[in-house]
Amino acid sequence: MRLIVNKVVLGLSVLSALIGLAFLGWILVTLFIKGLSSFHFSLFVNDLIDGGLRNLIVGQFILAGIAAVIGIPIGMVAGIYIREYGNGKYANIIRNLSDIMMSAPSIVIGAFVYAIIVVPTGGTSGFAGAIALAVMMLPIVINTTDNMLSLVPKELREAGIALGASKYKVILDIVIKAAKVGIMTGILLAFARIIGETAPLLFTSETSNYFTLDLTQSFPSLTVSIYDLANEPEESSRDLAWAASFILTVLVLFINLTGRFITRNKKR
Amino acid sequence: MEKIFQKLSLISASLVFVILVGIFITLFNAAKPAIDEFGFNFITDPAWNKEVPLNGELSAQTSQEDVISDEEDMADDDEFIADEDEEDMMLEDEDEVETKTIYGGLVPIVGTLLTTLIALVFALPIAMGIAVFLAEIAPKNIAYPIGIAIELLAAIPSIIFGMWGLYYFAPIVADLVGGYQVSLLTAGLVLGIMILPFMAAITRDSMNTTPDVLKESAYAMGATKFEVIKDIIFPFSKVGIIGSIILALGRALGETMAVAFLIGSIFVLPEAINDPTISIPVAMANNFGEASGLGESALFYLAFILFLISFAVITFAKFYFLKGKK
Repeated sequence: MRLIVNKVVLGLSVLSALIGLAFLGWILVTLFIKGLSSFHFSLFVNDLIDGGLRNLIVGQFILAGIAAVIGIPIGMVAGIYIREYGNGKYANIIRNLSDIMMSAPSIVIGAFVYAIIVVPTGGTSGFAGAIALAVMMLPIVINTTDNMLSLVPKELREAGIALGASKYKVILDIVIKAAKVGIMTGILLAFARIIGETAPLLFTSETSNYFTLDLTQSFPSLTVSIYDLANEPEESSRDLAWAASFILTVLVLFINLTGRFITRNKKR
Repeated sequence: MEKIFQKLSLISASLVFVILVGIFITLFNAAKPAIDEFGFNFITDPAWNKEVPLNGELSAQTSQEDVISDEEDMADDDEFIADEDEEDMMLEDEDEVETKTIYGGLVPIVGTLLTTLIALVFALPIAMGIAVFLAEIAPKNIAYPIGIAIELLAAIPSIIFGMWGLYYFAPIVADLVGGYQVSLLTAGLVLGIMILPFMAAITRDSMNTTPDVLKESAYAMGATKFEVIKDIIFPFSKVGIIGSIILALGRALGETMAVAFLIGSIFVLPEAINDPTISIPVAMANNFGEASGLGESALFYLAFILFLISFAVITFAKFYFLKGKK
């Protein structure tokens, strides 16, 4: 009897794993078939107004890039504070708050940035979109830095201090160097996550049909445009949305795999 | 230099605190007009963007007149036209002077909670199955690539789950269950599929923290694999697993894009599981652009409620279940 129960339960577990994988495989296969059939290299040359995606891809990269330029240094330094300088309570509070912020609904962050930037400046702008993404990215970078620094052995720090180096020198030259690979991986994963975000951009950067580098205007965003295009009745718009989703997914998975590859090489 | 760097790091860290407090205050401020106007009734009021007469007396009057004019309509067609004109003018007057628009948050709040519930009910058993499979059943050389595949799937942008759900998954569900393609059910299921990899990955991680010694002693006593999982691994990693589930719940609550495609986006309380309705993030995503004044404030009120719910859920998870983790 026990053996039968054992078999049944294990069978169910394998079955559920298969169901789960089947769903996820279904999504990927659909995405690849639909995406590849609408994919064309002219998509990289034309802007959305001419039926291409160039402005959107560039725009999404610029938004995520600016967010990274703002979010990464602040996040890293904040992570250093939590792990290296912080004493007890305050650092712990910040650590917990940062974890909570990481799980805050992205649309709420969009609404927040809308209220503090879009309303006072009188309209949606690429700048506001980048800030919203930076707010999303900050806690992820803090969390990674914090975790990776905790893996650096204490002896390294002590050796640095013993040589007479000041604390910030020890942190910047020794501790960060030791944790470099891990932090880089974390940052890549964080970047992969924010580049696929839609909700915080909906009413901060919006999107644009034209190529622009002007951050004070509505800014082209790949994800927001996918949402718009997918809801249009015309077949051609939807095909374009599939092609855009395909490019986005390949991009995200590529960045993700790169990050994993770096860590794996290091582990060996 | 040392001092400067230390100050700088302190400031950066405090920024987290400032932003969170900032979100709280900003949302509250922006929601203030709606909070003043509707108070806590907002949470239980199913009407959204509905015009109502300003005071009770007036509404009684209009309804009486409505009844009268209805009767007259029946009696005489010619008079009906005139009456209608009159009525229209009256309504216009009311629009300008004597009515107000009310907003109630019940529909999106219920929609949010129900989609999350459906997603959890659907995803929980499958995620547990996957986690058990990865942690205990599959040999290492299978578990490793599948584990990576699942983690990668957790990274796929949510908008893609939404699109796939709308065009490929929902028609099949609608065929099987009946009802609309965009509904509470399809939105919940796609949301469930979306949180599945995330939930499976963190549950597996908690299960993997069980010391091998415990498992080995149980096996040595003659326990079957199922008994080891049930009596050793689950009790040992219970706290971590529940914490993971709550984190997944927090994610499902705030998810916008996967749900936006599928929920139907209408402010109507669902009567059946396959009725379309709306959730808080979707209400914001679809109406924020056109909203102004009180409507916008009401959306901020919704955002504020959502923020409080997710804040509470995650704080609860952190302090009760994930305490010992770091």
